[in-house]
Formats: sequence, structure tokens, C-alpha cells
Amino acid sequence: MSAVSAGPLEKGSTSTVEAPVREQETRGEEELDVPWQVVVHNDPVNLMTYVTMVFQRVFGYPREKAERHMLEVHHKGRSILWSGVRERAEFYVQQLHGHLLLATLEKIN
Amino acid sequence: MEICRDEDTLQISDLDPFLAELLRQIPLSANSAGAPAAEARLFAQPSAEKEICAEWKSYVEPELRRLFRSASETVADDLAQLNGNEKALSNCTLHIPIEHADAWLNTLNQARLVIATKYNFSDEELNDHDRSPIGSRRDLGLFQINFYGFLQEFILREISG
Repeated sequence: MSAVSAGPLEKGSTSTVEAPVREQETRGEEELDVPWQVVVHNDPVNLMTYVTMVFQRVFGYPREKAERHMLEVHHKGRSILWSGVRERAEFYVQQLHGHLLLATLEKIN
Repeated sequence: MEICRDEDTLQISDLDPFLAELLRQIPLSANSAGAPAAEARLFAQPSAEKEICAEWKSYVEPELRRLFRSASETVADDLAQLNGNEKALSNCTLHIPIEHADAWLNTLNQARLVIATKYNFSDEELNDHDRSPIGSRRDLGLFQINFYGFLQEFILREISG
């Protein structure tokens, strides 16, 4: 939400009101609008079947889609599992870390 | 060793003393305390953004520690079946309630990650499932990772029907 304020009245002035000045939005508000992505990185210790199960559980993906992402992680080193608002992305990353997967939250450029 | 599901219980039977001891070692192996590299892996940074990492350390990491500790305690409780057995040197059976499956999956993964970090195994070593015999602590570590992975595969198969 942006804030609006009127400019100060000079001493002795009458009823002149300056045009409202729009203040800059705060950094936090800007960041809320930036889309984020949830990235899972390869870890040779985690079993492929385990990673697939975690993707199904955390994101509710069907098995085929979960396997596709798992194979992308395995072959390419990383896969973007989800993108959207920061709060939801943080929730997913927390769930993935809870299952000991290497996951990060990245801003989409 | 035989492994099967009997209704609501996973059973690992005909456990020889060596494998029973490896099972007993799971909670201890999962403990990353005092091992900075293992700590860094289990509690990895969630972002390149410093602000997110700082919040994570304050609010999320304690939750993760609680989650991992709780899973490890559940496994340790199940493993108590193997303690105090006067037939310690004979084969025995471990019963794991199916509702503990998630705790076992989690703790086995903790243990595998901590051991892998401790010995800094390469991808090649981790993919060498037929390596033998066990001639050092490092070899034993790799054997543990593979054995715990085998248990994870079994549990996953049973809970996914």
C-alpha cells in the first residue's frame, strides 16, 4: 500500500494546497510483488525414490511429474519446482528442508 | 536378514549381531552436533538473500532441529527392542509400527547425510554399491550409507503401496 501526503503550507500563505506527493513504496512492499521460485539442487546421497516421494507430498504432484523433476535435479543439478509469492515459496522450502532436501528460494529476474 | 510387512508393522527379522549393531547406531550416526560440515548440510542456507537467511536461522532452524530430534527419538525408542536382550549374540527381530515410517525415513536420511559429510565421499563412491570388503572405518561408513539406503527403499515401497 502506498502512502500519500500533502506538502507543507508556507507561513503567511492562504488556502493554497500543493499537489499531493506520492511517497516511494517501501522496499518490503516492492519485494512482495516480485515472484520467487523454489529450486531443488542435486545431492548424491538422497535416493531418487525418496526425492520423488517428497515432491509428491510437498507439492501434491502426480508421480509422473514428481519423477520428471527428480530426473531434472539428477541430470541437470537443479530443478525449479514451483514459482509464486514469497510466503508460499518459503513454506515449500521449509517443507523440503524438513525432508532434508537441498532447496533454495530465488527471486525471478 | 529378512524384511517384510505384517499388517501395520514392518519387520526386520533374522538380524545378525553385526546388522543389529548398525541399526543401533542410526540415532548416533544421525547426530550432527560437533560436526560443522554435517550441521551445514542438515541446516543448509535457504537463499542467497541475507535477510531471509537471518530470519530462517531465528525461526525455521529451531523448528527443523525439533523435527529431526523428534524423529531420531522415535527411532531410538523402536530400537530399544534390540537392547538388553540376553540373546544379544543370536539373530533377532525388530518390529517398526507403520506410523513410525516417516520418522525412520527422516532419521535414516539424517544418518546417511551426516556419514557422507563426515567421510566426504565422492559421487563415484556413493554409486559403488558393490564395494567390499570392509577394511576401514571409511569403508564401514559407506556400507552404513548403503544399508540405511536399502532400508529407506524398503520403507518407501511399503508405505507407497
